[in-house]
Amino acid sequence: MKTILSRPVYGTLSPQAGKSHLLIADAEGASAILDLAKKAPEDFFAHAHIMFIPGRTGDSFQASLKALKPAQYYEGPSVAAALPRLNWTLANAHMGLRMYLAGTEGLIGQMMQAAIEAGIDPASIQTEHRGSWARRIQCVHCKGITENVTTQPATCSHCGLLLLVRDHYSKRHAAFQGVCINAEDPTEIPQTEEIFR
Amino acid sequence: MGINFRKETFRDDFTFRNSPENIRRFPFPYHEDAYMYSVNIEPHVPGPKNSVFEHLVDVDEHYVSEMQDRAMVLAEDPLRCQSLPHMTLAGWDLLELLMTEKAASYPEHFSLTREGDRWHWINRPLGIDDTFTFGDVSTLPYGPMEYITRQSQGDFAILDQRDNNLWMDAGMITTQADWSLDFDIGMNFFEWHAPVPLAHEMGVFTRALKFLTNIQQGKPARRLNWTMTINPRLDTSPENFHKWGSDRLTVTPENVGEKVHLRVELQSFWRLPRSNALVFPIRCYLLKMDELVTVPKWARRFHRVLRDLPVELAEYKGLTRYRQTTVEWLSKYDDGAPTSPGFSPD
Ligand code: HEM
Repeated sequence: MKTILSRPVYGTLSPQAGKSHLLIADAEGASAILDLAKKAPEDFFAHAHIMFIPGRTGDSFQASLKALKPAQYYEGPSVAAALPRLNWTLANAHMGLRMYLAGTEGLIGQMMQAAIEAGIDPASIQTEHRGSWARRIQCVHCKGITENVTTQPATCSHCGLLLLVRDHYSKRHAAFQGVCINAEDPTEIPQTEEIFR
Repeated sequence: MGINFRKETFRDDFTFRNSPENIRRFPFPYHEDAYMYSVNIEPHVPGPKNSVFEHLVDVDEHYVSEMQDRAMVLAEDPLRCQSLPHMTLAGWDLLELLMTEKAASYPEHFSLTREGDRWHWINRPLGIDDTFTFGDVSTLPYGPMEYITRQSQGDFAILDQRDNNLWMDAGMITTQADWSLDFDIGMNFFEWHAPVPLAHEMGVFTRALKFLTNIQQGKPARRLNWTMTINPRLDTSPENFHKWGSDRLTVTPENVGEKVHLRVELQSFWRLPRSNALVFPIRCYLLKMDELVTVPKWARRFHRVLRDLPVELAEYKGLTRYRQTTVEWLSKYDDGAPTSPGFSPD
């Protein structure tokens, strides 16, 4: 896949040495946790906290995640809903906490943002992309964030401008940049294609 | 004799223009009849009289009007000026640099008197006379970076240096060639340059970063970059692209001379003493095509550069819509005669 240097590169989750483990996933990201479990030492999940946002995968992963017997298991409806719990967890974390993020770029980016806020070294965080390539974009004009963008171009959910979804990515905003696609000639309405699946 | 500051606008009725003397000192950016990206960095040392390099921090006839335009941009969009919390010391460094340079180069317009930490700054063109305590933010009407860059032409990015990289952690960006400080703040050198075509593959950025991280205090460096702008608009930000983008469709063979501008950025790099940060002033100079062709060598050369520019660069710089019209207009001023090497008008 062609990419540019502002965009994060994702890896493959693998169990790290640490006193406790915080694993966060959305949708198909759950399968990355299940794959990590196959490589993990026996007592790994006794010191693990799993936070899961099922999204479009509905009920498919809950049973297998719970079967890992994590010390804490949480399920939430959205990233926004999960953030207060995450912030509490990070604020009260001891040295030696390891973080693992898996799923969509939107989830990884926003959880990473919260972790950096809490003073965690981003280089110590494991990430793996799974599932949808839907993008979270910041409209450069009105600054509003539009979630789950799958099309090129996309309409800003705040100001309504038709945006070119760029590859340029800001970790601070956990978002790609959206720039008005027909600013030069507003009468040009390019065809909308579903490309970020 | 002091500078004769013009009263003019960079929006709406666009009354900006250059005086004949100011045209001659324009930093024409091509030393030959073709252009490609390169690591074009040289020491920033004082240059010839009546050039933009005469003083290390150049103040010209557009100063007062440019500062008024900046104030308007900031009133509309305060996010154009941002500084992450660890960058305040670098802001004081920058304030010192700009005040001392301006006062030394233009004593008739600026003066600075220091008694310990009590500083007295007079900026006559803008009617400012302030006394403050260096290092004490509460004694200035704005943070130190914002205070001094509201009084200094050009954009400013302040880069924190750590992990062998530069991080864009503060800036005053109101006259930018289509990039967003609000989006790029916190990025490193490779990340904020990510959208630039070809140059990464050419190794330009790896070499440039190595050079920049080694810059020593008192030994600033500089380079020129360029693009083009329709109408003398300073605020060609992505934030407002939906408002100015359609200017590019208004170019006709009849109005090229008045509407199309060569936009040159004199970029310099300075190590700051207390913070060890690097400051990157991006000073923007605009020249109308009508003004450019008053120098025959520049007319010939710019015609050839624009005609032969690689398409990736033309796309990236946003020239596609009016490039052909402009090249045709310029061709009338190119008799095919050879041009002399170097930047100077001849
Ligand atoms: C540390 C100081 C510097 C800063 C803050 C800076 C910032 C920027 C920014 C924000 C852009 C626009 C990128 C975009 O499209 O979003 C840019 C473009 C660019 N930069 Fe830098 N830059 C710096 C130093 C350099 C140096 C030393 C070079 C090298 C040789 C360089 C070469 C370029 C080039 C070739 C472009 C594309 C410009 C065009 O085609 O118009 N930059 N820079």
